[in-house]
Amino acid sequence: MSNLSKAFTKGKALITYITLGDPSLSATEKLVLDLVRAGADIIELGIPFSDPLADGPVIQASHQRALKKNASLADGFKLVARLRKKISVPLCFMLSYNLVYQYGVDKFYKEAARVGLDGVIIPDLPPEECRMQNAKCRIKEGSGIDTIFLVAPTSTEERIELAAKASSGFIYLVSSTGITGKRKSFAEDLKSLVKKIRRRSKLPIAIGFGISGPKQAAEMARLADGVIVGSAIVDLIAKKRLKAVPKFVASLRQAIDAG
Amino acid sequence: MSFSELPDKTGHFGQFGGRFVPETLVPPLEELTKAYLEVRQDQQFLNELAYYLENYVGRPTPLYHAERLSERLDGPKIYLKREDLAHTGAHKINNTIGQILLAKRMGKQRVIAETGAGQHGVATATACALFGLDCHVYMGEEDIKRQALNVFRMKLLSAEVIPVSSGTRTLKDAINETMRDWMAHPEDTFYCLGSCVGPHPYPMMVRDFQSVIGREAREQHFRLENRAPDCLLACVGGGSNSIGLFYPFLDDPKVKIIGVEAAGAAPLNKGRIGVLHGSKSYLLQTKTGQIENTHSISAGLDYSGVGPEHSYLKERGRIEYVMANDKETLKGFKLLSETEGIIPALESAHAIAYLEKLAKKMLHDQTVIVCLSGRGDKDVESVKGLY
Repeated sequence: MSNLSKAFTKGKALITYITLGDPSLSATEKLVLDLVRAGADIIELGIPFSDPLADGPVIQASHQRALKKNASLADGFKLVARLRKKISVPLCFMLSYNLVYQYGVDKFYKEAARVGLDGVIIPDLPPEECRMQNAKCRIKEGSGIDTIFLVAPTSTEERIELAAKASSGFIYLVSSTGITGKRKSFAEDLKSLVKKIRRRSKLPIAIGFGISGPKQAAEMARLADGVIVGSAIVDLIAKKRLKAVPKFVASLRQAIDAG
Repeated sequence: MSFSELPDKTGHFGQFGGRFVPETLVPPLEELTKAYLEVRQDQQFLNELAYYLENYVGRPTPLYHAERLSERLDGPKIYLKREDLAHTGAHKINNTIGQILLAKRMGKQRVIAETGAGQHGVATATACALFGLDCHVYMGEEDIKRQALNVFRMKLLSAEVIPVSSGTRTLKDAINETMRDWMAHPEDTFYCLGSCVGPHPYPMMVRDFQSVIGREAREQHFRLENRAPDCLLACVGGGSNSIGLFYPFLDDPKVKIIGVEAAGAAPLNKGRIGVLHGSKSYLLQTKTGQIENTHSISAGLDYSGVGPEHSYLKERGRIEYVMANDKETLKGFKLLSETEGIIPALESAHAIAYLEKLAKKMLHDQTVIVCLSGRGDKDVESVKGLY
């Protein structure tokens, strides 16, 4: 079992997202440690891109701020290497395919393995495209790097099958149609989507996109094996309320654990 | 293999194209592909499209022998494919009539589109008004400022113009925002994309709808000259007017084909392969893969990417891609106005600018077809101060 999958064995997993370099690289390092102390089980690091298609305004703005600080994929690898010496919590990159492609797909996975990255989420690389690009979208068992694919409310049975087969570590279930960011309502068929995935895969399922607070986090955690919270945390960072982040994450942790 | 058989079933032109989009959009793209492949074979749909192209758009557009321009440049016989005479003043309407007819057939009442200069926005709003669909156009705040007239036209056609304030606030960001809208409303919404870019099936579908330009030009040229032309010339931004003219000639190796990029927005000349807006193609980007801004006098060519089929045709050496800078373009703009009484769109003026160089290398008994993709009324205001 990979480190990522293991993170789901202690109970419902809390996955937190922040953007690398927002507000600065050193702040990101400190934030990761804060997130872990506050109870995050997995850290997702967004690598900033000029045109993040799947992201809403909060994370777009965060990427813009990080790009002004020249945060790059290479910085991401360096940070992972540093963090590995301090924490064992699984670390994932979430990034657009162009960043991986320009870095070099082989070089990317080699470097990821070297620094001890646990997983990769490339939202604009669906499984079939990944296969055709000959990208190492799925590193064989043992190398330790998982690739997480997404299932959305629009996904057909065939596509759920495809994502289930291609994924390792966990499966990322998109809570509703739309982009990342806070929202009030979630697709009603989440329950049945989870069932459909369960029929095809033993991997843990984490629900993300638009989970804004403890109540929603607990609700989603009941439906699946974990929740992913991004925009709500990044929003605090945008408002320069970095010190409020641990308290917010602790409240998510508490709500999820209370069931 | 023949050039005209691409893309393959998965939407690739060799290594280019494809469908690099978030999972939420894959099923709607599959639905769209299926629907499009059906209507492509459906005589009733094709008849309906032909009816509107003839009676509403005003096709076929003339293939006009520009005698005074030919004389002035003292080279080949120059023919202009007059897309500027199509309804709304540019080739964009060929594609929007096709896509909106398809939207209607798919039962989608809500239409969204991106626009840069506003030409595609106007063409989409026009087609939506014609068929009674709701139209929402995303446009960068910068472009809204630069193209106030087109914003007014869209509103007059009862479209909603939604300002885009993210990123560089231009076409690239308008495309991002339109895709995000589609992700939020995949079921009831039709995305009417304006160029041969984006994820499969758009590059293929837009090319098909625009290739009416090349089919007509080919037939007209045969009628006038009893043979195929020696050369084709068109401007390339995203690349829809050019692929429309070029496509029916691709498998005819005797026809030389040249695409003209704006020097300040020339991914095929200055870019590297990458992935943006759902497909793999040449892109203007930094070493680490951040998309670079472009700077062209013509808003319609101001885009960091280009259609994947163009990238493929460049790689295969079938098409030569050259550049014209702003200064040369302004000269071309004036030249055509003076010699023929035709004020071209600044986009099309790039092709005229290169024509001046090309003419020197060609013989009097040779012919060249230039795609005059749009008329220049929209640009007169911004050009006024530049001479």
